[in-house]
Amino acid sequence: MNTEILGVILMYGLVVLLAIPLGRYIGKVFNYENTLLDRIFNPLDKLFFKLGGIDPTLEMNWKQHLMALLSINLVWFIISMLVLTNMAWLPLNPDSNPSMSPDLAFNTSVSFVTNTNLQHYSGESGLSYLGQLILMLWQFISAGTGIAICAVVFIAMKERTTQTLGNYYSLFVRSCTRILFPIAVVVALVLAFNGVPMTMEGKDTMITVQNDTVQVSRGPVAAFVAIKQLGTNGGGFYGPNSTHPFENSNYLTNMAETMSIFLIPIAMVFAMGFVLRRRKLAWTIFGVMTIGFLLLCIPSIVSEMNGNHAIAEMGISQPMGSMEGKEVRFGSAASAYWAVNTTCTSNGSVNAMHDSMTPLTGMFTLLGMMINSFYGGVGVGFLNFYIFIILAVFISGLMVGRTPEFLGKKIEAKEMKIAMIIALLHPLLILAGTALSSYLYAGNPTLYASWLNNPGYHGFSEMLYEFSSSSANNGSGFEGLGDNTPFWNISCGLVMLLARYLPIIGPVAIAGILASKKYIPESAGTLKTDTATFGLMVFGVISLVAALAFFPALTLGPIAEYFSLFK
Amino acid sequence: MKSNILPAIRLTLVCLLFFSGIYTFLIWGFAQLAPNQGKGEIITQNGKTYYANIGQSFTEDRYFYSRPSAVDYNAAGSGGSNKGPTNPDYLATVQARIDTFLVHNPEVAKSEIPSELVTASGSGLDPNISVHAAKVQSKRIAKIRNINETTVNQLIEQQTEKPLLGLFGTEKINVLKLNLSLDNLK
Repeated sequence: MNTEILGVILMYGLVVLLAIPLGRYIGKVFNYENTLLDRIFNPLDKLFFKLGGIDPTLEMNWKQHLMALLSINLVWFIISMLVLTNMAWLPLNPDSNPSMSPDLAFNTSVSFVTNTNLQHYSGESGLSYLGQLILMLWQFISAGTGIAICAVVFIAMKERTTQTLGNYYSLFVRSCTRILFPIAVVVALVLAFNGVPMTMEGKDTMITVQNDTVQVSRGPVAAFVAIKQLGTNGGGFYGPNSTHPFENSNYLTNMAETMSIFLIPIAMVFAMGFVLRRRKLAWTIFGVMTIGFLLLCIPSIVSEMNGNHAIAEMGISQPMGSMEGKEVRFGSAASAYWAVNTTCTSNGSVNAMHDSMTPLTGMFTLLGMMINSFYGGVGVGFLNFYIFIILAVFISGLMVGRTPEFLGKKIEAKEMKIAMIIALLHPLLILAGTALSSYLYAGNPTLYASWLNNPGYHGFSEMLYEFSSSSANNGSGFEGLGDNTPFWNISCGLVMLLARYLPIIGPVAIAGILASKKYIPESAGTLKTDTATFGLMVFGVISLVAALAFFPALTLGPIAEYFSLFK
Repeated sequence: MKSNILPAIRLTLVCLLFFSGIYTFLIWGFAQLAPNQGKGEIITQNGKTYYANIGQSFTEDRYFYSRPSAVDYNAAGSGGSNKGPTNPDYLATVQARIDTFLVHNPEVAKSEIPSELVTASGSGLDPNISVHAAKVQSKRIAKIRNINETTVNQLIEQQTEKPLLGLFGTEKINVLKLNLSLDNLK
C-alpha cells in the first residue's frame, strides 16, 4: 500500500490507542483519585494554591464557576494587551521587533486568550521572544480553562441532585499541571531532538551555496510548538506555522504534532465515560464523532492526492498530488489529514496552506469548523457536542412521545431555549460576518482590493473561512486574506469573544440547572442515549444544523469553484 | 467578580512563572544535549556552515533546482503563495515555470515534470524534492558538469531518504545535501 496512506492510518490508530488510557487518567484527575504522578504534582499544586491565595476545597455552583472563569480570562486579556503593545522596549527582543498596533494587539490578545490563535501577524517579525512566551502561557492556560470547565459539566452530569460542582481553580490548575504539562514536556523533547530549535539566541546569518546571504530566524520553538499542538491552540511560532522546517522538521515530528492535535479531544470523551461510569455512552459519542470525522477526512485525502485539475490540464504530472502550499517531507495525504484534524478540533495549526488546497478539501475544512464538535477543541469540543445531544434528546423525545430525559434529568423549556440559542449562534456569527464583509467588498472593490488574494469564488471562500475560523475558535486561515486591517482585527476579535464565552456559558448553565433537578432513575420508559439509534439521531441533528445553515454559503464558495474547474 | 479578581491575578502570576519560565527553561536545558545544542541542525562543508533543514534557493543550472518559493527562500520571513487552485494569475505563473524549465531542460518531455518543481511550498523553505524531481534533472546536470549520467543517478540514489521505517510517509531528497555531494565529486 501507498506509504503516505499507511502513515495516516498509523497516526490515527496510535492516537486512539493512546487516548483510551489517557482518558482514564484524565478521569482520575477529575475524580481526585490517586495516580502515579501524585508525588510530583501534589506538592506542586499546593504551591500554586498557596501562592495564588486560593482555597481549593471551596465548593462552587455553576454561576460561581463561570464568574471565576470569566474574571481570570479578563485578567489574561489585560496583561496580554499590555505586553503586546510594549514589546519593543521590554526584554527578550534579540531581533528588535516592534510593538503591536492597538487593533492588532486586541485581535491577538482575544485570539490567544480564547484558545483561537488566529494570527494577523507573522511570528518572525511581529513578536519578541517575550511576546512569544506570554502567548505560550495563554496556550497552556486557555486550554486548561476549556478542560476545567468541561470537567465541571462532567461532574454536573453525575447521577445525583446537587448544587455544588467542585472548585474551579482546583480543576483548572489540575488540568494545566497534571494533563497538559507532562504531555507537553514529552512532545517538546521529541521535537527538540529532531531538529526543532530551542534557543534564546536571535537570527543567524547563513551564506548559501549560491552565495546568497540569508537571515535565519530561530527561537524557543520546541517548547512553544508542543503546547500549541496539544491545547488545540494552533498559533505558530513562525508565520507559516508547522509548514516551516524549524517548526516541523521531518515525518516523525509531523506524526508527533498531528497526533497531539487529536489526543486530548478524544481522551476527553473517554474521560467522560470514566467519570460518569458510562463507558457505553462514551463509545457511542466517540462513534458518532469518528464517523463524522472520517466523512470529512477521506474525501479530502483523495482530493489532495488526485491533484489540481487545472494543473493537470497543463500537461505535467502530479505524482505527489496537489503540491502548491505543501511540503515534500509530509506529502499530500498527511497534509490533508492534518487539515481535517486541525479544523475538526479547534486547533488551527497547519502543515500546508489551506488557501491553496483543492476546492473540495477547502469545503471539508470549512465544514469541520462549522460543525466544530467532531472531537472538537480541548474541553469545549465536548461542550458543543453536549448541545447537540440535548437537541437530539428533545427531538427524539417528541418523535416517540416520551418525556425528554438525559442521564436521569428532565429536559424542559429553559434548557432547550439555551441550547437553541447556542446552536444558532455559530451560524449567525459566521454568516452575518461573511455577509457584512462581502457587502463592503462588493460595494467598493478598489478600496478593499488588498483584502483578497484570489478573485471570484475563492475570494469569497477566504472571507467565509476567516469568520468560520474565528467563530469556531479555530485560528487557521485562508492566509491569502489581507487581514491585518482594523476591520478584520476588530470584527474577528468580537466574533472570537462571543463564540468562546457564550458556548461555554450555555452548556454549563444547562448542566448546572439539570444537576439541581430531581434524579429520575432509569425505567422502561426512558429513552436510551447510549445506543446506535440515538447516535444516529445526534448525527442527524448535527448534519441538519450544519447542512441547512451553511449549504448556501458553501455553494457560493468552494462548490462553485469546484465546478468552475471543469468548464 | 471582585472577590475573584485578586486570586485571578495572583494565580496568573504563578502560572506565568511556571509555564513561561520553568517549563521553557526545562526544555531549553534538555535541548542542550540535542544536535547543535538545539540551535538547528547544521552541515559544514568547505568552511561554510548551512542549516540542514532550511531550504536554499538553487537556480543555477549546475545545481539541482529546489522548489519555487513564494518568499524567495527568506528564512526570516517565510510563507506560501496562498494562491487558490483556480486563480488565473497563479496558473499563468505555473505555466511560465513549466516553460522556463523546458528551456533549461530540453531533453525532458513536459509530461515528465512533477508538479512540485513548479509549485511553491507552504513555508517557502522546503528543503526537499522528490526522487522523481531529482531524476528529471539529471541529464542537465550530467551535461553541464561533464560527468556521466549514471554517476549523477547514483548520487541521487545515495541521497534518497526512505520513508520513516521504510513504511510511513514520503520518499524524498534533501536538495542541499544532494548539491553538496555533487560539488564533492571531482
